Amino acid sequence: MALIELDLAHAYKPNPQRDEDYALLPLKMSFADGGAYALLGPSGCGKTTLLNTVSGLVKPSHGSVRFDGVDVTARTPQQRNIAQVFQFPVIYDTMTVAENLAFPLRNRGVAADKIKQRVGKIAEMLEMSGQLNTRAAGLTADAKQKISLGRGLVREDVSAVLFDEPLTVIDPHLKWQLRRKLKQIHNELKLTLIYVTHDQVEALTFAEQVVVMTRGRAVQIGSASDLFERPAHTFVGHFIGSPGMNFLPAQIDSVGVTVAGRHLMSPTQNLNGQGSVTLGVRPEYVTLAHADAAGAVPATVTQAQDIGTYWLVTATTAEGGTIKARLSNEQVIPRAGDKVWLNVVSSHTCFYKNETLIA
Amino acid sequence: MELKLEGIEQRVGASVHLHPLDLNLVPQAVTVLLGATQAGKTTLMRLMAGLDKPFKGSVKVDGADVTGVAVRDRNVAMVYQQFINYPSMTVFDNIASPLKLRKEKNFAARVHELASKLHIEPFLKRLPAELSGGQQQRVALARALAKNAPLMLLDEPLVNLDYKLREELRDELSQLFATGQSTVVYATTEPTEALLLGGYTAVLDKGELLQYGPTAEVFHRPQSIRVARAFSDPPMNLIEGSAQANSVVLPGGISLAMNLSASPSKNVTVGIRAGALRVHPRDGDVALPGQVELAEIAGSDTFVHVHTAIGELVAQLTGVHVFSLGAAITLHLNPAHAYAFGADGKLLFAPSTTMVRV
Repeated sequence: MALIELDLAHAYKPNPQRDEDYALLPLKMSFADGGAYALLGPSGCGKTTLLNTVSGLVKPSHGSVRFDGVDVTARTPQQRNIAQVFQFPVIYDTMTVAENLAFPLRNRGVAADKIKQRVGKIAEMLEMSGQLNTRAAGLTADAKQKISLGRGLVREDVSAVLFDEPLTVIDPHLKWQLRRKLKQIHNELKLTLIYVTHDQVEALTFAEQVVVMTRGRAVQIGSASDLFERPAHTFVGHFIGSPGMNFLPAQIDSVGVTVAGRHLMSPTQNLNGQGSVTLGVRPEYVTLAHADAAGAVPATVTQAQDIGTYWLVTATTAEGGTIKARLSNEQVIPRAGDKVWLNVVSSHTCFYKNETLIA
Repeated sequence: MELKLEGIEQRVGASVHLHPLDLNLVPQAVTVLLGATQAGKTTLMRLMAGLDKPFKGSVKVDGADVTGVAVRDRNVAMVYQQFINYPSMTVFDNIASPLKLRKEKNFAARVHELASKLHIEPFLKRLPAELSGGQQQRVALARALAKNAPLMLLDEPLVNLDYKLREELRDELSQLFATGQSTVVYATTEPTEALLLGGYTAVLDKGELLQYGPTAEVFHRPQSIRVARAFSDPPMNLIEGSAQANSVVLPGGISLAMNLSASPSKNVTVGIRAGALRVHPRDGDVALPGQVELAEIAGSDTFVHVHTAIGELVAQLTGVHVFSLGAAITLHLNPAHAYAFGADGKLLFAPSTTMVRV
């Protein structure tokens, strides 16, 4: 167990000049001892590279990795004392479930009674106690991956356990149960867990802190609520949520904030003198308004979709901006072609300058 | 075009892949084939395309029997899960290939038009292998659209893409389908995708066609538990109950005011959609106290798994809500928002959609 501090950048080619030359742009972050973290982003965003700099599979081209203040940049995963769980089961088919779980402990010369106790505990947590003496070969892919998870979690003395998309092979109906298991295990064992995924459900459900990445850059580190309510970067607003945040061009002058030709509100302190900015509002926080209502813009509905438990209404402003609104079915829902007024200003509204949150 | 399947049945050896079914696709609209893997979606599509011959029954296009006609003699465009393109041709030539086959003169303009619609215009000179997965699938979609076939079949075309790409591409596709030039069939395992595509939905389960109708109607009035199960994500909460004079008694002695006097049997199943459960009470609600098993956060929604006296329930809450494991929680339900199914699995009661349209 360790406090993990990263202050690094990584380029696969020598002499990186531009942003595109980096797989990981310069970043500084730390993973607290016993925390649950997720690295979230689309494919190619650098999340696996970042994970590999923690494990030691990748040595960063610039900067350092420290565990409890000690520079471990040059050390191997084994020297760093890292446990890893991959997308696909990594187990020995010829061994029993118990032998598989015991393997990482036996390798480290842990005493037999201690091994038995720990294997028993992990098997119980994963609800595999009844299968301890079963040979792994005959098990389903789900069960095999559970053993992989168990092997990752069995050692108490690891610096961190790293997961790379570990639920890929799990049947969709069983995923939530394993997510729950992982959370329970984290609560009980207090291991430092770092979890890589491109799936927002996986990241937001599992982690206390989510690192959102795009194009080699970590654009926000925060809780699920932070990422939903106050995206620090427009990418986070876009990537978290289905559909993501609406973005509308806005002008700030001495009188106030103007969107789509409508004066919406007085500028707050942080907005003064910012000129051209972007207003961000989630579809969940857009509401139907009366004509000329404060904080509302006029728009024409282009699509109204019944999504079962709610309606998704898409509308276009006179400036060509698109607004999606998630509306409860307990009100009159406008149809395509209707002129509507949509309120886009509330305590949930965010403002961005150069893609970065300013207010 | 009008596609009719009459008395279609499909077997492979001794195993039945499709039980006898009739299906008249609504012309010039999207029909979603919704079902889990192995439900029979691909089997049905292959029959529609002419890739396979049915064991029994006939396929009719605009009234003409085409049952034995091979796929190359029919005018059908197909898009698969895997991104299938001609690897040695540029993106431009890939999209142009059906146009050239038809000996169209102004094909270059049409290629550019389609490429721009699908946001792949900058890549026209590249080879498919030089593109990302999402871009490769866009090329396959552009080529299918270029064919301008009266029937377009898409078999889970977005399943291999990240959810954000899926969202974008689905939006674009539903706009392209809305132009109403082709009869479109779109297979998916995801209920939400069916709702987003709209149109009409055919629910398949274990080789059986269970229900076909306007998508929202099938969702709001599933004719059976099986349809409700197949067309709910998260799964509909299903609880066995006993029908009384003016109520249904559920496990734990909790009673819901529901009039099921029409039910021939006392044994009923109450269905509660995750979205019908709330954490804030309203007048007339029934309270369901319990403990949180897990809160799954999906960005725009939080799915809370709750252990209650009536059983395990999943509640869908809008936005991000954080609950610790084991925390006490009370869910609230308006009994008018619950479904009821009879002992035979057929729908007894569906909540009226309160939606008012102007």
